Parts: sequence; structure tokens; C-alpha cells
Amino acid sequence: MSTMTSASAATAASGGTSARTAEQYCTFRVADLFFGVAVDEVQEVLRHQPMTPVPRADRAVTGLINLRGQIVTAVDLRVRLGLPDRDAGLVPMNVIVRSRGEVVSLLVDDIGDVIDTAGIDAQPAPSNMPREVQDVVRGVRPLPDAILLVLDADRAVDVTTTPDTNGGTP
Amino acid sequence: MDDDAEIIAEFLVESHENLDQLDRDLVELERQPDSRERLSSIFRTIHTIKGTSGFLAFNRLEQLTHVGETLLSRLRDGEAVMTPPIAEALLAMVDTVRALLDVIERTSSDVDPAVDVAPVVAVLEALLSDPSADSSASGGTTAGGVAEEPDVSPADSSTTPPERFPVPAAEVPVEVPVEVPVEPPVGVRMEAEAAPEPAQWDGVERRAVVDSSVRVDVDLLDDLVDLVGELVLTRNQLLQRSLTSDDFELVRASQRLDLVASELQESVMKTRMQPIGQVWSKLPRVVRDLSHQLGREVELVMDGHETELDRSLLEAVKDPLTHLVRNSLDHGIEPPEVRVAAGKPPKGTLSLRAYHESGQVVVEIADDGKGIDADRVAAVALERGVVTRDQLSRMDGREVLGLIFRPGFSTAAAVSNISGRGVGMDVVRTNIERIGGSVDVTSEVGRGTVTRVRIPLTLAIIPALVVGEGGERYAIPQANLVELVRLEGDDLRRQVEDLAGAPVLRLRGKLLPLVSLAEALGGGRPDEEALTVVVLQSDDVRFGLCISEVHDTQEIVVKPIGRQLKGLAMYAGATIMGDGRVALILDVAGIAATAGVGAVQADPADLRVTSADDRTALLVLEVADGRRAALPLAAVARLEEFDRDRIERSGMTEVVQYRDGILPLVRLATAIGLPDTSDRTGQVSVVVHEPGSVGAVGAVGIVIDQVLDVVEVAVSASQVGRRTGVTGSAVVQDRVTDLVDLDAVVARSGATA
Repeated sequence: MSTMTSASAATAASGGTSARTAEQYCTFRVADLFFGVAVDEVQEVLRHQPMTPVPRADRAVTGLINLRGQIVTAVDLRVRLGLPDRDAGLVPMNVIVRSRGEVVSLLVDDIGDVIDTAGIDAQPAPSNMPREVQDVVRGVRPLPDAILLVLDADRAVDVTTTPDTNGGTP
Repeated sequence: MDDDAEIIAEFLVESHENLDQLDRDLVELERQPDSRERLSSIFRTIHTIKGTSGFLAFNRLEQLTHVGETLLSRLRDGEAVMTPPIAEALLAMVDTVRALLDVIERTSSDVDPAVDVAPVVAVLEALLSDPSADSSASGGTTAGGVAEEPDVSPADSSTTPPERFPVPAAEVPVEVPVEVPVEPPVGVRMEAEAAPEPAQWDGVERRAVVDSSVRVDVDLLDDLVDLVGELVLTRNQLLQRSLTSDDFELVRASQRLDLVASELQESVMKTRMQPIGQVWSKLPRVVRDLSHQLGREVELVMDGHETELDRSLLEAVKDPLTHLVRNSLDHGIEPPEVRVAAGKPPKGTLSLRAYHESGQVVVEIADDGKGIDADRVAAVALERGVVTRDQLSRMDGREVLGLIFRPGFSTAAAVSNISGRGVGMDVVRTNIERIGGSVDVTSEVGRGTVTRVRIPLTLAIIPALVVGEGGERYAIPQANLVELVRLEGDDLRRQVEDLAGAPVLRLRGKLLPLVSLAEALGGGRPDEEALTVVVLQSDDVRFGLCISEVHDTQEIVVKPIGRQLKGLAMYAGATIMGDGRVALILDVAGIAATAGVGAVQADPADLRVTSADDRTALLVLEVADGRRAALPLAAVARLEEFDRDRIERSGMTEVVQYRDGILPLVRLATAIGLPDTSDRTGQVSVVVHEPGSVGAVGAVGIVIDQVLDVVEVAVSASQVGRRTGVTGSAVVQDRVTDLVDLDAVVARSGATA
């Protein structure tokens, strides 16, 4: 289900815009991983925002933020990817992405530049990466100085919460 | 190209409207097959679509409507007679036209092979060439050999020739078609020429409608509602600030803003109101198709189609209502022979009624069918494991009927493709409850069933009680609020007990299950000296929610929450508070379900029964700009209005000369610790209170903003909000209202009562 939607979203994105923007990525760091989201899926990048926690929601849902009157769910990518929690002193940034008609915030450690990967082919994600990471990665692009993991925003925000079960569905 | 897109968009909007009308007309036509007026109307609609589709080069649409039009023109001119097969074929044509329009909407062209026009065209042509239809020579030439070989290409060749001529004509500037006599492919204007008298009359009426209204994009309206929501929030924020401000001008301005914003909000919400008839317009067709399919005879009666409710709600109730109507036909109304045997007329009646009642829209779906047999419902529910025998034995008739809304329940002996898959009624209920409505069923075996759906007028902005828990704020819709109870010390120990770990509250002799909000939110149960309980009601579930703090009541703007949180039943949405932070809105039914609180055994009538003896008449007042307070009506001697100029001072006290005496005045708002807003106009409203004695001696005038109402209610006062001048609060007319401590207020006047 999610595969189909994200695949069609990808085609729509590349079909709707020129090939150039399709290869531009807004980059950020989560723990020691270097991620990129296609620029046309990103609405904006924000500093840390006051957040209202949602009791009983999946652990990855950090809270709700008020984005100019719109209520936006914040998903912590560290939790989503099964990475260790952020150090107490580290304040996360919000990468606001559009996914299936909704706006969702991804909490990341640090924001990088927008980079153009034209000429560097995408490769499938290495099979020895942890499952949680592979699940949300559309492919990798080995840049000269780093390996860019292309994030599938639709899947990254796919945190369904079922109450009273043993944790959410990753 | 952009012009084209615009023309196509207009064409689509217009055609969809026309098609809805067409459905109604066709169903009506079957009843009175000789109504030339209806036929002309149908003919015009199809003709218009055909004309425009030719102009826009939608060839398949044109081909289809052309055949339909030919058949219709025969009917109109009396060359053919309306028969069920013809009606069926015309309805099929309408469906296909609709499908093609959808395709056009998506792809801007009508060539999608998923929609097949050939079979419909073939059927229509077969009907055209049917000798029994008294076909004239022209019919023979149009249909020719097509009936034997229903294929697209011959149909194409047979239908296009008459159209060849207008299509190129349309490519020439628009003035030209006006000179073309019979079938100019231009839209609405031309139809007047095609169909003589009724069209002209119709044209006049339509213009009147056009003049008085403007078509507005729904997205724009939604944006407006959002913006007004923002404005309301900002106003709340500003008001909060201005209450503590010394800047008089600022206070005045923000009060004006308050008024304007409220009125604006009301007006904008009104723009989204639409008559429920819009949803109903599809039902005659549904009923017609189903009754044919099921072999029932049904008369559909609709009453109150002008009843308005919010667009978003209309959309949400469409499917549940359709489902309930289907259910009535499938399970309610019997086949004619069964009805006759039961001594009823062979034709069943299905009536839909919509009306406003206490701030809600009620939709009744009533049939005179076989009714629901509660014993049978009970038996099935037991068999399917929906309830246990023990639970069943404790249920009354209404609750047993309510079982049909439980998941996994279906009484249909055979699963039909209309309803009875056991996924129906529970989905209906879930969908209606999701929008804050409720549904209940009453039924009499052999006489029929009435399903009542209650829907709030609007969803977007609701009054709510804001409570605090774990440092966060949560909003509880006031629609669910029954009363507030605060227990301290001895009362707490006496009235709250643990039954096998389940806390219950003795409330006026009844046991009320308690749910701790902290626990429901996944924390521990706080161990406190005092307990604040919000008594909540959602359908037949009543329970007390223990909370840490009560903040206040306010109008909140309901905003949806993301997909990630949809699985959490305890939240109905979220809102933005005056300080810009997000607060979650609690879903009362969801909390009850999560906490495992079931239906309360006591029937809802008991509230009325017990209250009969302790009802009090209250005068409900507005003070401090929108806050509510209440006085016992017995304490009120008269209501007076004085010019502000008449207020004089005597020492520290404000007084007026009244009935040859001096009436000391007390500003109620000030007396109960609220900002005074009573003399915004030249007049002040005064409640005259005379403590027992005759004459004005000892009388006190209590200055208020305005009198709202006199109500007779059972006051279940709570200690919440207790302060100087206020004994506590109660929910009166769904609003939290301060109960005025008259003695304390009078004492402030300096008059010795």
C-alpha cells in the first residue's frame, strides 16, 4: 500500500517538475547518517518549536506544533529509525515535509545544504543497513565526501498508532 | 488553452448540476410518463450537454448524448411512450454521462477506455429501432442495422453525420452558430430556441437565482473559515491581555473586535451552510433502483429538505444516510404480498424528515415496515457473541435494539448485496459519532422502525471546557459535559469507593464510574486530597473524568490531527489556545471505550425523574461580556433599565432614585470578581432584589449586562469556581454558569438586608 503510493508520488514529482529539481535534495543529519529529501517535498525548515506532547501516541511522535494555525505532527527521525536518543543538550530542527496531502515535521539533528546530485546515479540501499533505516530509504547516492540516503518522506512519516498494544507499528 | 480549461470547468460544474436534476426528473417521469414538462426539461439538459460536448470536441460524450437525445425527442413528441426499459436505458445513459464527465474532469478528455459507451448506445439504439415504439422513418435510418451489431464504429458512423455540420461551425467565431438554425452547439442560451415555451419561463427563473447569489469556490470558503478561526484565536489572545490592561482605549477596541469577530464568524459559518436536500436529491434514485431490484413498492416522502447544516458535515452524513435508507428498504419494508397479508397497503412508505432541535439537526428515517424484533436481535447478538447472556439480562428494550450498532452484528437471514454484511450499522454509527453526532433506533414490531440521527450544526468552532492534566491543557466539548463535581476531605472518602480496583463515585444515590484522565493518558493515578470530576455523557455512556485542574470555557476551533494519530480514539482533534500552543481535544466516547466504561444501567430518563422535585427557576444573566451567571428567580422582584445618567453616588455606593426611594446598586461583575462591562450603552440593566419586605426598603439593584433567559432546571451545583459572591457553578443550557451568592453580593451594596 505505502509502496504504491510513494512510487506514484515519486513519478508524479519527477513528471511534474524538471529533471533538475528532481535531483536536488534538502539535506540533514540524524545521528551519523546523512539524509536528503527531494526539495519539492519539503515545505520549509524551522528551528525548534514549542510542542504539545500526545500521550499514548507512538514514541516516534514527539508532539504537535502550531505552524501558522495548522496543526502539524512532529515525528522524531531518531526514534523512527531506531537510533539512540538525542543528547539532552541537542535541540532538534524541524524539516516540514508534505506527505499525502498532510504536512508533517521530521525532527532531525542538524540541517545541511540543498545539494544537486545530477550525474550521480541512485543505487539501492545496501542490504546490511538496519531494517528500520532501509524501510524509509528510497536509495542512496554516493557523493564524493559522503553517502546521501534518499529519504522516502511518505514512509518516514508513516507511524500508525494503535493504542493498548505492545508499541506502535514501525 | 487556458480558456479551454476554464470553459471545460464551467461545463463540468453546470453539467453535474443538470445531471442531479435529471435523476430526479427521470424518476418522476416514470410516475407520470405523460408529463411533457419533465420530458422537455430532460431533453433540454441532454441537449445542452450534447451541444457543449460537440463544441469542446468530446466525441464520445457527444455520440452518447446524441442517441439519448433522439430517444428523448421521440418521447417528447409523443412518437414513443415511456416504458420501464426506456427509463432504465435513460438512467444508464445518465450514469455513463456522469462517468464520462468524471473522466473529463481528471484527464480533460473523454477518451478513457475504462468508460464504455458502446453498450449503452447499443441499448438506446435498439430501443429506437424497436417497432413497438412506433418508430417513424427517421428512426429506421438512425438505428438501421445497429441493433444487430452493437459495436462502436457503426454507431459512430450512424450518429456523427448530423453532427458533422455543427462541429466545424463551432470553430468559426462564436457569432456564427447563432445563424445556424436547429442544433447550434452553444450552451445554455440556445436551449431556449430548441425547446419553446417552458424553456423561456425557466430562463427567467434562473436569472433571478443567478442575480441573488454568486458561485464561490468551496476551497475559498474553507480558507475563509480557517482564517476566521485564526481571527477568533487571535481575538481570544488579545482579550485575555486586555482584561488586565489599564489602557482604556485598548480595552474598548478589543471589545469591539470581539463583537465584530463573533459576527464575522457567524456569517462565515453561514456561508458554508447548505440544505440537506443536496444529499437527499440522490435518494429518489437510490430508492427507485433498490425497490425495483428487491421487488418492493415504496413511496418516498421527504420533509424539511431546506434544513441547513455545515458543508463538511453534509459530506460526512451522506453515506450513513444512504446506508440507513438502504437498510429500511432491505430489512424494513416488506414485499407487497407480505404487506397485504399483514393488512397493510402494498406500497410501503419511507419518510425522511429533517429539522432543527436544540442546536442540532435531527434527521429521521422512518419506515412502516416489519420493525425490528428485539427478541430476535437479542438471540442473534448472543449467537454471534456480541453480548453475553448476563449482559443481555440487564438490558432494557432500547439497549437491546442498540445492539444492531455493535460491530459484527447483522440480522439479515441471507447476505444480500444491498446491506446485511454485518459491517453496516456499526460503520454508520462510527461515522456519525466521528462528527459528534449520535444515532438511535426505535421500533415497533409489525409497525415500522424510526432511526434518528442527530448531527451538530457545525464542527469547526465549538464551545469547550479546558482542563489541565500533567501540565498540558485538554479541551472537552461542552456538548458532552453534564456537570462538574469537586470533592474534598471527608466527602472524598465517603463518596468515592474502589470496587475491585474500579473507582466509583456516589452521586446523588447513583454510582458513577470514574476514569482518571491522568491514567487514560498513560500516567499514574494521582493521589490527591481533592478530586475534580467532570461528569461526561456520550450517548448512553455516562462517567466521571477525574482531572487535576479546570481552566475555563471557551470557543475553540477544531482542527484535524495527522494520520499518525488517527488510531488514538481518545482524541477528537486539536485546537490552538490563546497563547498559540496546541491543545488536544478529548473524544469522550473514545475515552470511555479506551477505559472500558460501558453503558450506564440507569436509563437516561432518570435524570428527569429525579430532577422533578429539585427543579429551580433561574434567571440567567450575562455579565462581563459573555460570561454567564444565574440568580434564583424567586429572589428577583423586577427587572429595570435605567439611563446611565441617572446613576448618582452616595458615599462609596452608586444609587438611583427609584419609586420615591433610593436604590443602591451593585455591579454584579465586580462583585463576583469579573471585569465590569455593564455600561457599554447608555442604559444599564438592573435586577431589583427585595429581601422579603414590602416596598423599596432594603431593596438592592444588581447591575448586569443583560438578561438572557429564565430556565427551570435541576441545578447540580459544583464547588468549582467558588469564590466571593459565587457559591459554585452549574451547567445551565449546556454552558457553565456561575451561581450567584446573593447574600454576599447584597452585602457589598452596603444596604442592610
